[in-house]
Amino acid sequence: MGGFPILSAMTFLPLAGAVLIMLVGSLTGGGRDNKSALIVGVLFSLATFVLSVAAFLGFDPANQNYQLVEQAPWYGPISYKLGVDGLSISLVLLTTFLTPFCLLASWNSIETRLTEYVVAFLVLETFMLGVFVALDIVLFYIFFEAGLIPMFLIVGIWGGKDRVYAAYKFFLYTLLGSLLMLVAVIYMVRTAGTADIAELETFEFARNAQMWLWVAFAASFAVKLPMWPVHTWLPDAHVQAPTAGSVVLAGVLLKMGGYGFLRFSLPMFPDASEFFQPMMFALSVIAIVYTSLVAWRQTDMKKLIAYSSVAHMGFVTLGIFAFNEVGVQGAIFQMLSHGLISGALFLIVGVVYDRMHTREISAYGGLVHRMPVYASFFMLFTMANVGLPGTSGFVGEILTMVGGFQAATWAAAGAALGVIFSAVYMLTLYRRTVFGEITNPDLKGIADMNRIEWICLLPLAALTILFGIMPNLIFNVTEGSVTRILSNMAGG
Amino acid sequence: MIDIDAALSTFGPELWLAAMGVLGLTIGALIKDRFNGLSFKFGAAALFVAAILAALYFPGGEAFNALVRTNPYVNFAKVVAFALAGWAILLAEPFLRRHDTIRYEYPLLIIFASLGMGVILSANDLMTLYMGVETLSLSSYVLAAFHRDSARSSEAGLKYFVLGALASGLLLYGISLVYGFSGSTNYQAIAAAPENMGVLFGMVMMICGLAFKVSAAPMHVWTPDVYEGAPSPVGLFFSTAPKFAAMVVFANIMFTLFGGVLDQWQLILAIISGLSMVIGAFGGLAQNNLKRLLGYSSIANVGFGLIAVAAGQKAGAAPLLIFMTIYAISSLGLFAGVLAMRRRGGMVEGMDELSGLMRHSPWLAIGLSVLVWSVAGLPPFGGFFGKWEVLKAGVDAGLLPLVVIGVITSVVSCFYYLRIIKIVWFNEPLEKFEPVDLRVLVTVLATAAIAGIVFMIFIQRLSNAANVSAMGLPL
Repeated sequence: MGGFPILSAMTFLPLAGAVLIMLVGSLTGGGRDNKSALIVGVLFSLATFVLSVAAFLGFDPANQNYQLVEQAPWYGPISYKLGVDGLSISLVLLTTFLTPFCLLASWNSIETRLTEYVVAFLVLETFMLGVFVALDIVLFYIFFEAGLIPMFLIVGIWGGKDRVYAAYKFFLYTLLGSLLMLVAVIYMVRTAGTADIAELETFEFARNAQMWLWVAFAASFAVKLPMWPVHTWLPDAHVQAPTAGSVVLAGVLLKMGGYGFLRFSLPMFPDASEFFQPMMFALSVIAIVYTSLVAWRQTDMKKLIAYSSVAHMGFVTLGIFAFNEVGVQGAIFQMLSHGLISGALFLIVGVVYDRMHTREISAYGGLVHRMPVYASFFMLFTMANVGLPGTSGFVGEILTMVGGFQAATWAAAGAALGVIFSAVYMLTLYRRTVFGEITNPDLKGIADMNRIEWICLLPLAALTILFGIMPNLIFNVTEGSVTRILSNMAGG
Repeated sequence: MIDIDAALSTFGPELWLAAMGVLGLTIGALIKDRFNGLSFKFGAAALFVAAILAALYFPGGEAFNALVRTNPYVNFAKVVAFALAGWAILLAEPFLRRHDTIRYEYPLLIIFASLGMGVILSANDLMTLYMGVETLSLSSYVLAAFHRDSARSSEAGLKYFVLGALASGLLLYGISLVYGFSGSTNYQAIAAAPENMGVLFGMVMMICGLAFKVSAAPMHVWTPDVYEGAPSPVGLFFSTAPKFAAMVVFANIMFTLFGGVLDQWQLILAIISGLSMVIGAFGGLAQNNLKRLLGYSSIANVGFGLIAVAAGQKAGAAPLLIFMTIYAISSLGLFAGVLAMRRRGGMVEGMDELSGLMRHSPWLAIGLSVLVWSVAGLPPFGGFFGKWEVLKAGVDAGLLPLVVIGVITSVVSCFYYLRIIKIVWFNEPLEKFEPVDLRVLVTVLATAAIAGIVFMIFIQRLSNAANVSAMGLPL
């Protein structure tokens, strides 16, 4: 890329957009109720997407190491270092791809304080991208925790009835986890004398220290992912967040947990990872089975999907801690695919929520008679969430289970139960909302999807099917980094 | 025969402040009330010049038969403390003008208080130290009661005086014990004296007295009451310059006098620090008055800073300066935010009065939010590196349990910081505040920019300065 700092440009472009919108918004005084801020925001996020694609074109999947590296000294051992490997570039693309849709999906649903909303979203995008491209552990931590601030505002200002409670819970839960990680980071930087992730990967921490460090990091990532039993913030945050907030929460923020395990826990603390493997398997299986059952009993559509997210993240941890190529590849694939599918499902719920202002499943029924297009999209993503072959959901689940099977048969067997349960709750949801007779008189006049909703859902649907049929598109990109992570583990 | 050069390069800023204080009193006595308005510019200018002088004489020296002795460490503190005090005078002027209590005594009292800060920082002898402490304290008592017609202000002044006198008594008792058992009041002589029980006993008494000055638990009880009762600009002053100076003096005494017996006092300081953090974090949860809340927040932050002191000179000297600099600047901005809260001719101080501030005064709201996040120590704002440095010092010194307490209380105190954010951003707006003085708004935004963003990006500069200063401490 000829020395052009493309990763910095990509990361900070949304922030620049946010500042611009804020300044213009305050200078023109008004701007609160018109859509121009939103349009500018969408343009900025699209430009960010273009930059991320450009970065991707400059990326060589055959090379296992970090690429497009930019580095500047900052503070003692801490440096401003950015770079990507296959794992992070794919998550970067997911982020930049989802953000414009999140903003677009807010076209009708956000009615107050639109300027601030767009600003918060763009700031959030910068922090999310920063998490994935940071190659310095402190820089990573800064982005990781800074992302809480805009998310807190998004849930708290534009959320539902209990938004303040949900925002607090989300914030404090995550903060407690990440501050423990901070202590671990301080210890690591002190011991290794460097904050560079690439160097830390090859540094060998003493076995005893690894255990503590692993626990501190896991406390943070497990909350973020979230894993059972620290998942309880997620349903609240999801239900109360505005549609776009849920999309970005499920689509990107949860992935930071999985990313963290892959980037830090595995390569840096291999002994501890192996030591804790049975525990992680057990937690994954509990998450998959238990939260699937919980999801089944939900009466709120968003809550159901939120619990299903926890279950699907169980597959991610199962795959990661299988420590074999199939499992880890599957976990990464599952993260990307879940980002698309759960994002789409939240958009789907948002479509009817914007019209009816309720998420109670019992308020719906017979939608297929009034909204055939909607019903088709809903069907596609329901199937993808269940893991129907041909959709991306299938690939991730099968690979993580194969990986898990090689490592521990019982874990894979338990996880397989979850696949059945996911069919149970998703199909129940679909039947009760879409099929049957229209019983609720308010539904008689409901309109099918409008143009903006089409624009949002069509690309997600296309990618879900594309990755289901041609999963190698992703595997080719991530293969190098998976090999590196696993060889680091074996070497350490 | 006094060596003039040495006296100036050691004690120049204090001599200047003393001269300016006396000059101000003389002018005031001659032209009376006509000096009221001008005196604030005079006072601020005097303090800014003192800060520049302290910077010019940065390497320090020794004078007056080793009664005073300065080094880069204390001079760093002088620069910051004098500059903050000057700023505090500027911010007080519009407030006092509105309350019709604009009097030339106010800036002069702050000058004398700053003189006291300078003296305790320069002290190299326990007698000098005690004189400085009294100069600072007596001016502070009067300042706390400056609204003499207000019952709350008088109460605050009286409380501060009674408790402060007790603390001074403890300090003096400790000093006398140390003198009695070591045979000298000179810092170096005490440090060189053989370890004995009497000196240690005196040291504990001195720690109590000093803990009162920095408002660390269990000597913290006055803080919320005085912050609430004293006029807001006085609270602003208390929470910035004297706090900064007192922390550095605390560290300086522990490092210079008792550096050799670190193992004897490390646990005491760790307990004080842990208690302060816990009390500051939990005590703040139930507060509704913003000034009281800032009082608890300051207890918690002082406790955090004391981790660095407990870590000892090698690990903690520089981190303390970094942390306290960022904290004091943020604190100035937060208190300036309190000054902006006026409705219908009066001050309002309840947290709920900030409801929906984002809707009617967005810039003020953004500035305050950045400051709140920064004080809470959350990235991406400068306060993060302050906490990072202190935690690192704690880990370096092997004080892991204390570090973990610090981390957990940070989460707890986040609860009330978040409440401010919640009220400012989520709640429905109340009536707009009266137009905010330009100085106040600029202060909020400037401190937010400095503490929140500039120190985040250029933390290396601040750290270099702090490390160079810490090198100046005798080993």
